[in-house]
Amino acid sequence: MEAQVLHFFQWFWDLFGLWNVVWSFVEPVWPLIWNLMKIVAIVAPLMIGVAYLTYAERKILAYMQVRVGPNRVGYYGLLQPIADGIKLLFKELIVPIRSNKLLFAFAPVMVLAPALAAWAVVPFADGMVLANINAGLLFILAMTSIGVYGVIIAGWSSNSKYAFLGAMRSAAQMVSYELPMGFALVCVLLAAQSMNLTDIVMGQQSNAGMLGWYFVPLFPMFIVYLISGVAETNRAPFDMAEGESEIVAGFHVEYSGMGFALFFLGEYANMILIAGLTSLFFLGGWLNPFHGWMLVGALTEWVPGIVWLLGKMFFVLFLFLWFRATFPRYRYDQLMRLGWKVLIPLTLVWVVVVAAWMQTPYWLWTPASVQG
Amino acid sequence: MLENYFPVLLFIIVGLAIGVIPLLLGWILAPNRPDDAKLSPYECGFEAFEDARMKFDVRYYLVAILFILFDLEIAFLFPWAIVLQEIGMFGFVSMMVFLSILVVGFIYEWKKGALEWE
Repeated sequence: MEAQVLHFFQWFWDLFGLWNVVWSFVEPVWPLIWNLMKIVAIVAPLMIGVAYLTYAERKILAYMQVRVGPNRVGYYGLLQPIADGIKLLFKELIVPIRSNKLLFAFAPVMVLAPALAAWAVVPFADGMVLANINAGLLFILAMTSIGVYGVIIAGWSSNSKYAFLGAMRSAAQMVSYELPMGFALVCVLLAAQSMNLTDIVMGQQSNAGMLGWYFVPLFPMFIVYLISGVAETNRAPFDMAEGESEIVAGFHVEYSGMGFALFFLGEYANMILIAGLTSLFFLGGWLNPFHGWMLVGALTEWVPGIVWLLGKMFFVLFLFLWFRATFPRYRYDQLMRLGWKVLIPLTLVWVVVVAAWMQTPYWLWTPASVQG
Repeated sequence: MLENYFPVLLFIIVGLAIGVIPLLLGWILAPNRPDDAKLSPYECGFEAFEDARMKFDVRYYLVAILFILFDLEIAFLFPWAIVLQEIGMFGFVSMMVFLSILVVGFIYEWKKGALEWE
């Protein structure tokens, strides 16, 4: 891939007979340029995805409530997210009088940047990853935890009572649901015997197709991860932090214009990230669900891996929207009870079960890298 | 080994830029006509009657402490999980001892009511 791109540039500049001159300048910084190109190739579709996820949410929610949703701006309302973006760009940025200005401005960046940066280690197919680092899962956990700082800083620096309350609630909630999430991931690590995300997906490959994926032996953990993911991104039914009807909009009540837009983007970028991670950890990433299933398997072998991955992500994102349309909001005490008294004991037990199961000959998921 | 992390650093910088650039754009393009009413903290239309940095419930503090304990526990579980098939039965039993000690602590805080929110 890199060689082809270089070749294209050489061809292009040779039209003007300038290739040697250009290359003498570019050569020392070529790795930087090449990496930046790859990053843009990840971030640009991601930002478009974030914009159209807001559209998909309004549209799907509308159809579930038997109405049409946005359909005025562009065909089928397809330009709605762009219109929203431009509108927010021209809205006044209000900085409350007694707030801490610098922190107030930086908080939304703190929410959005880690949600994007986590994609650095996410593989889209075998070998199709920006940085194939061995501590990939640890990096993702670290990045997703930083979002909590953004929320707390936003709530505290606004110097407003509702924002402060929302930030306290939201921080306690995100922190509480990070624990079951971490325990669920320990189960995935037990099965995969590696922190490298590519290895985790490849550990799910077998001739059983989707029956070999980790959501089969770790089914309760798959559910826990999904629930924690919803709570972690402050989505309904766990959207206490925003709670429009009780604490108006929680930690971002004082934000307007682009600051508000960034929180919005951050929330949806986080949703897409959680959807991607759920697909990688539990739903076999880019693997064909019918691999090894006689006729169906043979007929679907031509589909590229990234299509399967995107399909699984769409499925998880649809679940997110479906939950929002279906469930009423939890009360705060119920939320904390679910986190600490149901999910944490459940995950703790399942860690022990999986570890004990692995000591017996009945464990079927030993990855090829360990068998040898 | 470490050069693998260069694209990661680059990605973090790009992520920060994607946050900062729209903010600056908004700051340049948007109108800016502040007045007292607009800049005062929002309290459903009332005047703010005390400082927003008020006392808060001690339970948030408890949750934070419990989080630190359990996160540390997860930090110990990660390396164990990755090599469990190499360390076998002995590694399994050792971790069960560690976990059971923590579970005793967890049961204690549950019985003490540290996890109650009413």
